[in-house]
Amino acid sequence: MTAPAGGGWETVIGLETHVQLRTASKMFCGCSTAFGAPPNTNVCPVCLGLPGALPAPNERALKLAVRTALALGCTVHPRSVFARKNYFYPDLPKGYQITQYEQPLATDGKLSYLSPDRGVATATIVRLHVEEDAGKSLHDRFPRATAVDLNRAGVPLIEIVTGADFRSPAEARWYLQTLKQVLEYSGVSDCDMEKGSLRVDANVSIRRAGESALGTKAEVKNINSFTYVEKALAAERDRQIAALEAGGTIAQQTMLYDAKENTVRPQRAKEESHDYRYFPEPDLPPLVLPPEWVPEQQAQLPELPATKRERFVAQYALSVQDAAVLTASRGVAEYYEGVVHAGAEPKPAANWVMGEVLADANDHQEQLRVPPGTLAQLIALVQGGTLSHQAAKRVFAELAVRGGGEPRTVAEALGVIQVGDTNVIGQWVDDVLQAHPAEVTRYKSGETKLMAFFVGQVMKASKGKADPKLAPRLLEERLRA
Amino acid sequence: MTKLKAAGALIAGKTNCDEFAMGSSTEHSAYGRTLHPLDKTRVPGGSSGGSAALVAAGVVPAALGSETGGSVRQPASFCGIVGIKPTYARVSRYGLVAFGSSLDQIGVFGRSVHDAGRVLSAISGRDPKDATCEDRDPLRLPTVPESLQGFVIGVPREYFPADLDPGVRRACDRVIKILRELGAVVREVSLPHTASAVPCYYVIAPAEASSNLARYDGVRYGPRLDGGGGEADVRALYRATRGAGFGAEVRRRILVGTYVLSAGYYDAYYRKAQQVRALLAQDFRNVFDRGVDLLFTPTTPTPAFKAGEKLGDPVQMYLSDVFVCTANLTGLPAMSLPIGRVKGLPVGGQLIGRAFLEDEMLEAAYALERAVPSVEEV
Repeated sequence: MTAPAGGGWETVIGLETHVQLRTASKMFCGCSTAFGAPPNTNVCPVCLGLPGALPAPNERALKLAVRTALALGCTVHPRSVFARKNYFYPDLPKGYQITQYEQPLATDGKLSYLSPDRGVATATIVRLHVEEDAGKSLHDRFPRATAVDLNRAGVPLIEIVTGADFRSPAEARWYLQTLKQVLEYSGVSDCDMEKGSLRVDANVSIRRAGESALGTKAEVKNINSFTYVEKALAAERDRQIAALEAGGTIAQQTMLYDAKENTVRPQRAKEESHDYRYFPEPDLPPLVLPPEWVPEQQAQLPELPATKRERFVAQYALSVQDAAVLTASRGVAEYYEGVVHAGAEPKPAANWVMGEVLADANDHQEQLRVPPGTLAQLIALVQGGTLSHQAAKRVFAELAVRGGGEPRTVAEALGVIQVGDTNVIGQWVDDVLQAHPAEVTRYKSGETKLMAFFVGQVMKASKGKADPKLAPRLLEERLRA
Repeated sequence: MTKLKAAGALIAGKTNCDEFAMGSSTEHSAYGRTLHPLDKTRVPGGSSGGSAALVAAGVVPAALGSETGGSVRQPASFCGIVGIKPTYARVSRYGLVAFGSSLDQIGVFGRSVHDAGRVLSAISGRDPKDATCEDRDPLRLPTVPESLQGFVIGVPREYFPADLDPGVRRACDRVIKILRELGAVVREVSLPHTASAVPCYYVIAPAEASSNLARYDGVRYGPRLDGGGGEADVRALYRATRGAGFGAEVRRRILVGTYVLSAGYYDAYYRKAQQVRALLAQDFRNVFDRGVDLLFTPTTPTPAFKAGEKLGDPVQMYLSDVFVCTANLTGLPAMSLPIGRVKGLPVGGQLIGRAFLEDEMLEAAYALERAVPSVEEV
């Protein structure tokens, strides 16, 4: 999927990401931003664009935008200007969108991400600005008619624009993944692509490897899911290569991605080539940030994923890969550190979190069902020889269902406490050897690989409780005799 | 309206105006033209001509109007009553159908300075629903002064061109004489960019209007004409609905506004107009910084003109706003008050004050109202 462009072509991609800010109310009115409400119920004169209504900015949205800009290392401008972007569309009730144009909130940021091709790479953030969302046009709801739902109209967004920095569709995806992590860590958005709270448009062009001038770009829209980012960009790249290799040219146009067919098609000419006639929004004074906002939002920023990952490597002697998995979400990272702080060794704790914990979370709406302190106790039981690893997994599953509990008590109830008494294990060993005389004979004539068979039988006889280190020792003693 | 009702006002009704407040004569209304109360063959001014005519006719003591480029002061002048446009951001615009949002301000008509001032005082003050509205207490009315001792009144020479109507000039000269008699210092001043004000206004106001009126597209408001393209062709729907729904003057301004904001023309028109606007504001600052408290000018170049006289020539119509549109472009408070009659028709004089100093302007107006024989021929 990440195959480099063939035939000496280089792919150049820039991304524009729209992110819904985590606010209870809309950008310029008090309506709820809740997803999934019945159509046209979260609306008021302001977001319906009724004559005489005026926008009043949402302070929380502006603060979250400032926080995001800081998380991305941007220069935050103390004064920025709202602008109107004018175009006609049925889901745009005012006939213009309030956004920022010539003077955005923030510029000149950067975001480091792990490129699958180049290692650590840096994407430049050209600008970050605040805007309101449009409504939603539903073309397939009613026959021969378009329905409009304005619940989303006026929902606060930020647009994050990168330079033409990515050299493959895979790099674009890794950047997005990293951006999503940073946004989630910062608490500014829930980044749910399926609910439309993170949307991405891409500018794609190709050029001969080694050339410095950019080729003509096409814009790819309608990328609705993370899974499709790479596929959509690869489809557009392949279309451009095919066109140029066939002696054609690339038109500067907007392409829509069709996930079902995995193809891109040009947007109808009618739908594009707007002259947006931007001009400063006269209904809003310039956005002059109170001086305390920047330090206040800086203080709200948590340790960001890249820093945390590096710290995990250094502090807990983890591999970069393990640290990356553990820091992918803020919740998991904090959980892991909770387990370690409760006394677990960093390495086994990492294995448990990456294994049982994430698997369980994956099956249960990302819930971390076993409290970190409880997991630390469970790990201690394994380390101390009280539980086998297999038994501990069963105990974990039980703890997960119960949402916690005392691991030793649960283990006892399940009857999986490891048996270290040589007399007891010796009895199981004797029973096994007696039941399998043929195998004993074969073992004694040199077929030593049968040891694994005997151990398995002993574990079976003990219902998994026999100490897995003691059982082979006792078996060997008996068989040597 | 909420503030007026809270202050005990009774709302008598709605009045006629030019469509979307675009016009200087109240002839561009879907309800038909409003007649001048003293001469049916003439216009009452506009766009808020209905309000002015009703107050002048004595039907109501005061009325509201909307001002984007003189739409209260010009009809007040034509009808012989008081019309005040407060400082931009003094009165909330929430509920006002937007025309040129950076220029729009609610204005007040009254038969006396006091009536108009009382209404203005009631509607002024902060409103969290209008982000551009100043966080200020409501205007407090001044007391009627004994004299204008201590006032420095500037008379900008650019507002007295050679082709000014002779009757208007005589009326203004009489006011200047009275101002001096009342103890004010009257000083000739210059506002050198005045000639650029009308062109500047007719770039900015239509630009903002073209955007503000985009919402009347047939998707949500009013009659919808599908344009023969069926439901599938939303562009035909827009064209048909907007082509039929808007009157000629409104269509003209939407087209002008769309043009001046277009890629390739923005810098030459809209950006240039914003620069001119800044220069106009600087003109006024320079004068006020030199100790001038208020400016006195004619409100309009002529008394009320004949109905139909300027309908064929929009530029002539626009030029009747030449003395009033600067106060909208600069946001300054201004008012018109009657200063005499010429052949039976009222003439208005204009006072322009410093931002948020409406009280000083009203003080001078109180004094002039008592001293000027406003219904006598000059």
